Amino acid sequence: MSEFFQHFINGITLGGVYALVALGYTMVYGILKFINFAHGDILMWASYVGLFTYNAIRGSHPTGAFSVFAFFVAMILAALFSSVLGMTIEKIAYKPLRKAVRLAPLLSAIGVSYILSNTAQLFFGAHSRKLEYPFDNTPITGAGGISITPHQILILVVSGVTMVLLMLFVNKTRLGKAMRATSLDQDASSLMGINVNNIISLTFAIGSALAAIGGMLVSLDFKVYATMGTMLGLKAFVAAVVGGIGSIPGAMVGGLLLGLLETFGVALLRIPLGYKDTIAFVVLIIILIVRPSGILGKNIREKV
Amino acid sequence: MLNFVLLVLIYTVIYSFMALGQNVITGYGGMLSLCQAGFFAIGSYTTGILCTKCGWNFWPTLIVGMLFAALLGVLIGLPTLRLKGDYLAIATLGLGEIIKNVINNWQSLTNGPMGIQRIPMVKVFGLTINPYNNKLGFLVLSGCILLICCLFLSRFIKTRTGRALEAVREDELAALSSGINSTVYKIMAFAIGASFAAIGGSLYSVLTLSISPGTYTFMMSVMVLCMVVLGGMGNILGVLLGAFIIQLISYLPDLTNLSSVIPPQCKEILFGVILVVMMIFRPEGILGRPKRQVLSEVGVMGAERFHTFKKIGRGFKKIGSKFRKKGGRV
Repeated sequence: MSEFFQHFINGITLGGVYALVALGYTMVYGILKFINFAHGDILMWASYVGLFTYNAIRGSHPTGAFSVFAFFVAMILAALFSSVLGMTIEKIAYKPLRKAVRLAPLLSAIGVSYILSNTAQLFFGAHSRKLEYPFDNTPITGAGGISITPHQILILVVSGVTMVLLMLFVNKTRLGKAMRATSLDQDASSLMGINVNNIISLTFAIGSALAAIGGMLVSLDFKVYATMGTMLGLKAFVAAVVGGIGSIPGAMVGGLLLGLLETFGVALLRIPLGYKDTIAFVVLIIILIVRPSGILGKNIREKV
Repeated sequence: MLNFVLLVLIYTVIYSFMALGQNVITGYGGMLSLCQAGFFAIGSYTTGILCTKCGWNFWPTLIVGMLFAALLGVLIGLPTLRLKGDYLAIATLGLGEIIKNVINNWQSLTNGPMGIQRIPMVKVFGLTINPYNNKLGFLVLSGCILLICCLFLSRFIKTRTGRALEAVREDELAALSSGINSTVYKIMAFAIGASFAAIGGSLYSVLTLSISPGTYTFMMSVMVLCMVVLGGMGNILGVLLGAFIIQLISYLPDLTNLSSVIPPQCKEILFGVILVVMMIFRPEGILGRPKRQVLSEVGVMGAERFHTFKKIGRGFKKIGSKFRKKGGRV
C-alpha cells in the first residue's frame, strides 16, 4: 500500500508539471483553434533564461533561503521573458495567418519551433546544463515509509498555487471573462467591445508564463538542453487532449492523469523504461477512439 | 565534384519520394502528417532486415515495406482521421517517436542503436549496382522509380478518387453532403503517402548499405515538409523542385568547403524561416498558382450587401434627377 502511495506522489508531481504546460496549449487552442507547436520550445528558452539568471543571482551561495529566493526571482524573470517571447511570436508568425487556411498557422508554428530549438543549440551548444537545487533535496520520510523530496513539495505547491490563481483569473475577473467570451465567439466578442487582439496576446503571454514556470520546475530534476521542450510539449499536448482540449480544468485533470499513468505504467505494469515515452501516445490514441472530446470536454455538435 | 553533384541528385530523388508522399497527404488531402521519417524508417528497416536476415532480393522487400508502411498509416489514421482538427499532426508526431523508440529498443530484430550493416546491393536484370562506384547507375535506377511514382500521382489526382480527395480538402462538409465518405479518402491518401516514404527508405538502405536509427529524426520530417511547402503544395513538379533546393541548401556548405565555418544549425534555422516566411507571403509555394479567390461566407454576404447599396444609390440618383427635372416638386 505504501508503495502505491509513493508512486501516487511521484505521479502527481510529474502530472502537475504536465498540467502547467498543457494549460498553455489548451488556452491557445481554445481561442485560436490551432496547436501552438512552439510552446515546448518557448518553455526551453524560458528555462535557459531562468537558469542563467538563477546562476547569476545565486553566485556561490550555499543552499538555503537566499538560493530559494534567487530561484523564485529567476522563475519570475523567466516567466516575464517567455510571455514577451510568446506574444512576439504570435504577432510575427501567427497573426498574419489568422484568416488563412487551417494548415497555414500549423506549418508556421512548426517553423517557429524549429527556429527556436536550433537557435538555442547554436547559442548554448548541444550539451545539457544542470540547474542546482536551491535547497537540500534529501527526501523526507513520513508516515508509512512514504518519502517525498522537497523538490516534489515545491512542484506541488507552485503548480497548485498557479493553477488556483489562473482559475480565479479566468472565472472572476473582467479580463478572464473577456477571454472566455473570445474563445466562444471572436466576432461577437469584438462587437461587444472586447479587443480581441489584446486578448489573444494576453492568452499567449499567460500560457507562455505557465510554460516557463513548468520548465523551471522540471529543470531541477532533468537538465536544461535545446530539445528539452519537444517531448515535454508533446506529452503536455496529449494531456490537454485527454482532459478535453480547450478546457482549462480539463488540462489540469489530463496532466495529473497522464503523470499518474506514466508513473504507474512503469512501476506497476512493468513497462520497460525504454518505452516510457510511448505510454503517452498510446493513451492519446485510446482517448481519441473512446472519447475524442476528452474527459471534461464538451461534445460539440457540428453546425452547418 | 561530379560525384558530389550526383550524390546531391540521388539524395534529391530519395527525399522526393518522401516529399511526394507528404504532398499526397498535405497537398491533396489537406492533412498535416509529421511522420514521413518514421515511414521512411519502416521502408529502410524492412529492406535491411529482410535482405540480411532472410536473404530476400531487394525488389520484394520494396513492396513489403510499402505495404507495411501503408498498413501502419491506416492503423494510425483510423482513430485520428475520423476527427476534425489537428489531432493527426500530434498523433503522427508521436508515431514517429514510437517507431524510433521501437527500433532503438527491439535489439533482437533491429540490432538496436548499432543498426544493420552489410545490406546487399541492389540487382537489376542481373546487374549489380554498387552505389559507391556507380552513382550514375543508382541515380538512373532511382530516377526511373521516381518517374513511375510521378506518373502514378499525376494520373491519380485526375481520377474520381483524386478529385474526391481534393473536394474533401477544399470543403469537407460540402464533400460529405455530396456523398463522399471523407474518412475513407483521407485514410487512403495517408496510406499512399506512407508507402511512398517507404519506397524512399528502401532505396536509402541499398544506397548507404548500412542503416542506424539515428537517421530517422524529426528533423527529417520537417525537411520533407519544408520541401513541399517551398515547391508548392499539390504540385508534383514543385515538390521535386523543392526537394532539390532543400538538398542543395543542406549540401551547399560541403560543396563550397565552408562546412567548418557555417554551423550546421544555420541551415536548420533557415528551414524554419522558410516555413514561416512561405506561409505568410507565398503559401502556394514557388511553382504553385495563387488560388482562385473563393468568395467566403462573409465575402458573399458583403458582395450582396454592396450590390444592394449600389441599387439603393442608383434609386436615389433617379429620384434626385426627377426631383431636379420637376423643379423641386416630386
